[in-house]
Amino acid sequence: MSLIIGLGVVLVLAILYLIFRIGNLVELVKGKKDDDGSTWNTVNAYLMLFFMIGGLGWFFWYSYVHFEGYTLPVASEHGAVTDYLFWVTMAVTVVAFAIIFIVMFWFTFKYRYEEGRKATFFADDHKLEIAWTVIPAIVLALLIFSGLKAWNDITGPASKEAVVIELVGQQFLWTARYPGGDKHLGKHNYKMIDASNEFGLDLRDVNTLDDFKSLELHLPKGREVQLMIRAKDVLHSVFLPHFRVKMDAVPGMYTTFKFIPTKSTADMRTETGNPNFNYEMACTEICGRGHFSMRFPVFVHDTFEDYEKWMSSQEAWLKQNPDYLKRVPVELREAAIIKAGIPMDSQEAILAAPVTVTSN
Amino acid sequence: MATIDLHTHTSTEHHDDHGHDHAHHGNFWTNYVFCEDHKVIAKQFLITGMAWALIGGTLSVLFRLQLGFPNADLSWLKPILGGWLTPEGKIDPEFYLALVTMHGTIMVFFVLTAGLSGTFSNFLIPLQIGARDMASGFMNMLSYWFFFISSCIMFISLFISTGPASGGWVIYPPLSALPQAMQGSGLGMTLWLVAMVFFIVSSLLGSINYITTVINMRTKGMSFTKLPLTIWAFFFTAIIGILSFPVLFAAALLLVFDRSFGTSFYLSDIYIGGEALPNQGGSPILFQHLFWFLGHPEVYIVLLPALGITSEIIATNSRKPIFGYKAMVGSMLFIAILSFVVWAHHMFVTGMNPFLGSIFTLLTLIIAVPSAVKIFNYVTTLWKGNIKFTAAMLFSIGLVSFFLTGGITGIFLGNSAIDIQLHDTYFVVAHFHLVMGSASFFGMVAGVYHWFPKMFGRMMNEKLGYVHFWFTFVGVYLVFFPMHYIGIAGFPRRYYSWTNFETFSGFADLNMLVSIAAIMTLAAQFLFLFNFIYSIFRGKQASANPWNSTTLEWTTPRLPGHGNWPGEIPTVYRWPYDYSKPGSKEDFIPQHIPYSETPESNLAHENDLIKLEMSEDAMTVEKDHTH
Repeated sequence: MSLIIGLGVVLVLAILYLIFRIGNLVELVKGKKDDDGSTWNTVNAYLMLFFMIGGLGWFFWYSYVHFEGYTLPVASEHGAVTDYLFWVTMAVTVVAFAIIFIVMFWFTFKYRYEEGRKATFFADDHKLEIAWTVIPAIVLALLIFSGLKAWNDITGPASKEAVVIELVGQQFLWTARYPGGDKHLGKHNYKMIDASNEFGLDLRDVNTLDDFKSLELHLPKGREVQLMIRAKDVLHSVFLPHFRVKMDAVPGMYTTFKFIPTKSTADMRTETGNPNFNYEMACTEICGRGHFSMRFPVFVHDTFEDYEKWMSSQEAWLKQNPDYLKRVPVELREAAIIKAGIPMDSQEAILAAPVTVTSN
Repeated sequence: MATIDLHTHTSTEHHDDHGHDHAHHGNFWTNYVFCEDHKVIAKQFLITGMAWALIGGTLSVLFRLQLGFPNADLSWLKPILGGWLTPEGKIDPEFYLALVTMHGTIMVFFVLTAGLSGTFSNFLIPLQIGARDMASGFMNMLSYWFFFISSCIMFISLFISTGPASGGWVIYPPLSALPQAMQGSGLGMTLWLVAMVFFIVSSLLGSINYITTVINMRTKGMSFTKLPLTIWAFFFTAIIGILSFPVLFAAALLLVFDRSFGTSFYLSDIYIGGEALPNQGGSPILFQHLFWFLGHPEVYIVLLPALGITSEIIATNSRKPIFGYKAMVGSMLFIAILSFVVWAHHMFVTGMNPFLGSIFTLLTLIIAVPSAVKIFNYVTTLWKGNIKFTAAMLFSIGLVSFFLTGGITGIFLGNSAIDIQLHDTYFVVAHFHLVMGSASFFGMVAGVYHWFPKMFGRMMNEKLGYVHFWFTFVGVYLVFFPMHYIGIAGFPRRYYSWTNFETFSGFADLNMLVSIAAIMTLAAQFLFLFNFIYSIFRGKQASANPWNSTTLEWTTPRLPGHGNWPGEIPTVYRWPYDYSKPGSKEDFIPQHIPYSETPESNLAHENDLIKLEMSEDAMTVEKDHTH
């Protein structure tokens, strides 16, 4: 079968080659009458014109008709600002683009070769050149300064009341760590990571005791959230498309991003008319085989009270892994039991155990 | 006066000797393989570059098959891909990343750096400045053969069982540093690094030669202000290369240390494969700074030669002087300088200090100004021209169109606040493929069509060229324009599939369109390949100056031999863009025609130059007598 296809392809190519050869020979025989190629020159000039009209037409048509399809609803405060900047820049650049595009292709059409016509010797014009240096410079300056202001607001320090959440990337999944009732994330150390202690929680720090793990990112609507982002193995990148949030996760250091969600998951379900709508978080830094599969579900609560209710319904990591009480220094164990909410029956034995981990 | 006389005398005599010395015929090895002639080396770069372009293009079609037809059964590719196909006939996700990585590496370095600069800097610098050859023919030969070694190593890495490097062409550690992280970070990555070291050596040898040749070996009268814009472009490109490639070398070396000798330049606090690595204190962001310190200038290393070639072709075929010669040189100089201080705009959301983000936003958007000036100048050059659509001209217009379309989206990406959302999405892919990839590729193809007659003494078939152009031009737009929409919708790059996400569930139609267009575009390149090979042997014989062009290379015979000009090297009297000069009978006056011969078309200040010419001519005549 493949042999026949192969032969067929060879045959078709051979025929095409023959046609090409014959075409060449015919041209030679016909002589050099048409040698200036003026017919083809005109054809190319018209094609340029058609391309310009067709291309711009398709661009405007598609951009208008499919607007809903390629724009994501925005669900954060700074996202509204950056979206605004995006569309202002779009307006400015599309106007500039369309003008230059039309003018250029019009020139290629209008000034196509004509025998006997002489091109205009026009080598320099300082006024023109200064004009089109200065005008783009001014327009760009305006765009830059509005952009820089937004950038400074976005990257400025988070307020003290911000909800702090840690996101940890690893091949190929995300985990979130919440600070628990004390509102402080405890320390971590990558050398303490093991099969259960996936955050590398340093249990000698009292703040770790009530931290809890979540496989879903829960956010309160209308409150500032500060993401503390890190990675365990290679680079990853937190991408929350609807919130216009993106920040790399880097092993060995924290990166941060602060933002205020403005629409709860329920709001978004109403807005999009899709009862199954869910926010999602993706990875946008190549991280290996499963890069494309690092989906992390995101849920935005309607009110801060809802969010706090969810928080208090979560079990502390230590409660889920009571064995690790052994690693809590003896003087902190009492506090640990209270903060993590470990039930009475499993306490006695553990409380007496010696401290097992002392590294670092 | 006497000293000047002496000087011209000896230098010309030296040239003459040179011309005669090498008139003898060498054997196959010295003529075509280990050849020191710049024209042969240029062809070696060109043909190697074209081979790489086909490989790079094929790789892109392979991964486009996955993206455009995610459910297709690709078992028929089993004979080629073997174990890289899953049992269901799909491309393996890790091999997908290898394809993306190698496509990027091959296209950026092997095609658009070596294939473009290597070909045209080598071919055109001596011919257009009026030199017998490069400053050092031997170094020039070494430059090609280091590139060849590099090519071999990179090519071999495609066939090893663990696959080639797969961490993206930017090879960010820790992914690229840890073989535990992915297969491709093992031997494949080692070969990538070794190949790039040879590549950098090749590039530096070439650049040193280009710079030396342009500065020292210009023919009489060829002052810097009379250089064609191609030479200016190659000159700036070489300077950028010399200043930036060593930094990539340093980055690669430190990565080698981290990979093989246990250092921690880029590694810190890593827990992978069930164990905590001992490395502490390194920074992956350091690598990104070093990489992009080359990586961004690299964009201009790729682009400037294409812009230079385009300037030449657009002026020639519009039959008009390039508009704003000084502004063109100035904007290239400005771009060359600024290209070194914008690198961190690739790193706005990598955890770099946000204050740096502000600085780099500012610097990045400044670089848009000289780029805009270049576009305006091209368009003005077309205005009131008498445009001949040769294949080269079509591709040059295509370049300007891509440069405009892709350049304008740079204004979004350079603005750090807007970049947050667009970073690492298909918007970026669309942007750089148009402004850098396709534009430079079109510059390269335009250059081949335009200088083919001087390279091989024959013409390429113009009509095949037209078909090639329209399929490629429309094809490239169909491939990359829809990606803007996909990017605005947030689709991340380097994704094997988007079906895991509801947010990225759409655009199956556009992705299919893109893939079909990519296949069509690649197919059209075979027309070019056929035209190229066929025309080398059977093309119509070219005249010495088929495009009625003004620059010096067209004063050489149909097939310039070793030494380029059989007699003396012509003296240059005027700038390279005297097209359609008022008063002149012909619509072009070559650079070697003195003003004294063209009184009918001289401008006022040019008449004043005649006296100067006369005294110089007198010297030449005097010398001829004593000879």
